[in-house]
Amino acid sequence: MDTTGTPATTAANGTHAKAWREGSKPEVGNWREKSGLAQMLKGGVIMDVVTPDQAKIAEDAGAVSVMALERVPSDIRRDGGVARMSDPDLIDGIINAVSIPVMAKARIGHFVEAQVLESLGVDYCDESEVLTPADNAFHINKWEFKMPFVCGATNLGEALRRIGEGAAMIRTKGEAGTGDIVNAVTHARQVLGHIRKIQNMDEEELMTEAKNLGAPFELVLEVHRTGKLPVVNFAAGGIATPADAALMMQIGVEGVFVGSGIFKSENPAQMADAIVRATTHYNDPDMLAEISRGLGGAMPGIEANKLADEEKLEGRGW
Amino acid sequence: MVEPLRPSQQASDSELDNSSLKIGVLALQGDFIEHIHMFEKLGVSAIEVRKPSQLADLDGLVIPGGESTTIVKLANMFGFVPELRAFVDDGRALWGTCAGMIVIANELTDSYPEPLKLMDICVSRNWFGRQVDSFEDKFEFRGLDGDPFLAVFIRAPVVEGVGDGVEVIAQLEDGRPVAVKSENTLATAFHPELTDDTRVHDYFVAMVREAARQRAGLS
Repeated sequence: MDTTGTPATTAANGTHAKAWREGSKPEVGNWREKSGLAQMLKGGVIMDVVTPDQAKIAEDAGAVSVMALERVPSDIRRDGGVARMSDPDLIDGIINAVSIPVMAKARIGHFVEAQVLESLGVDYCDESEVLTPADNAFHINKWEFKMPFVCGATNLGEALRRIGEGAAMIRTKGEAGTGDIVNAVTHARQVLGHIRKIQNMDEEELMTEAKNLGAPFELVLEVHRTGKLPVVNFAAGGIATPADAALMMQIGVEGVFVGSGIFKSENPAQMADAIVRATTHYNDPDMLAEISRGLGGAMPGIEANKLADEEKLEGRGW
Repeated sequence: MVEPLRPSQQASDSELDNSSLKIGVLALQGDFIEHIHMFEKLGVSAIEVRKPSQLADLDGLVIPGGESTTIVKLANMFGFVPELRAFVDDGRALWGTCAGMIVIANELTDSYPEPLKLMDICVSRNWFGRQVDSFEDKFEFRGLDGDPFLAVFIRAPVVEGVGDGVEVIAQLEDGRPVAVKSENTLATAFHPELTDDTRVHDYFVAMVREAARQRAGLS
């Protein structure tokens, strides 16, 4: 067995930064396996589910993974109060219902919720702004886990900070629970547009760019050289139709999360199936026209631009 | 002075070098881009296959890593199943990695999904456990020169049984088969496309070339 099997907890502090500097990925927490699972999800749809039955509907529709939750984001938004990690019984029930990977959410900075999820055998942890943050300044040190993490981002600096902390997958934040795609589009364009800008910079400009972004220099350098994020990049937050999913794919993300958009629609199984097909054939308008027919109503939405600042989830995380 | 080639040899050498082979990677879902990049490193052109009609021109096809339930569902939905059967019956080369191995198996020990039955093997999904049980290992891969191969296993399957004409070409320390080969079909439980080592891709290109040679009657 290679040393990449070493559990994160035995690694001395500083190992990760050194590994980044030397151009290789950190050997703790099996980086290749953690980021590799996200590679396997590409071109796929990850669906929020609140019961084992919904999880089964998602799997049958061709979801690549499900996000196990007590409430979908639109209900969290409606109910208010503190939103926390789901009950382990609920997560177990969903894990036992399906053969595809199961994700679950921990609050930003709540590393004990993440420890619990890892202990349950959750395949991917979403350190999510949809839940109420547990720390006003710091995110989870994700290198300490063997379980991989996905984190939300609104711009490139935020995405690279999360990757610097050990996130093995990035998603746009969008504005969860609205069914309005506008913020997911804004965030994806921020991230991808900024990548193109950095790709065209002179190397002399990169340190100042890293300073301005508040992002690790080594990761800015990697973006400059490769023209892409060092990890897989999905869209989330407001996807409600097959055309929404295809829009995000054409803009340049590698897959989509659909939260409230499926089980708050009129015909969840058909909507799930249609969004899966649209994510594969995102570049084929004839196919998309067929896929979009006769689906019934999408989720009732809320216009994200009309939300008051304190109602927006996208500002959570730092 | 170079010996002039006999006509048949001339044809084979000019038509069947790496740049003339056509390989496709099934791009319904999964890490198809990584496979394409590996073939490009070897000077072989590889295309994303999203429609069954694209199979007609190909010498070889890879079914990549991804979610086997998703790939099986989309392959059925978009009419790939009879076309893939014909592709294999025509003697063209096929390679499944991880989810791809599950998709092409004749039989699964799991109740779900229903595999496409393109290779006489029996496969168990997620055999090693969940994501936290994913791992890397190094072992001999028969037919590859040099160092043992570093293999990445992500929620990986194993081969539980093989039929006639299928040989085991790589095993874990406990003897469990993780790479198997029949005349024109290859299956690996791990992901050579996630490393920088192109040797398994090169091995498959050789299979594609041999299959193309056979079909062209150039053996």
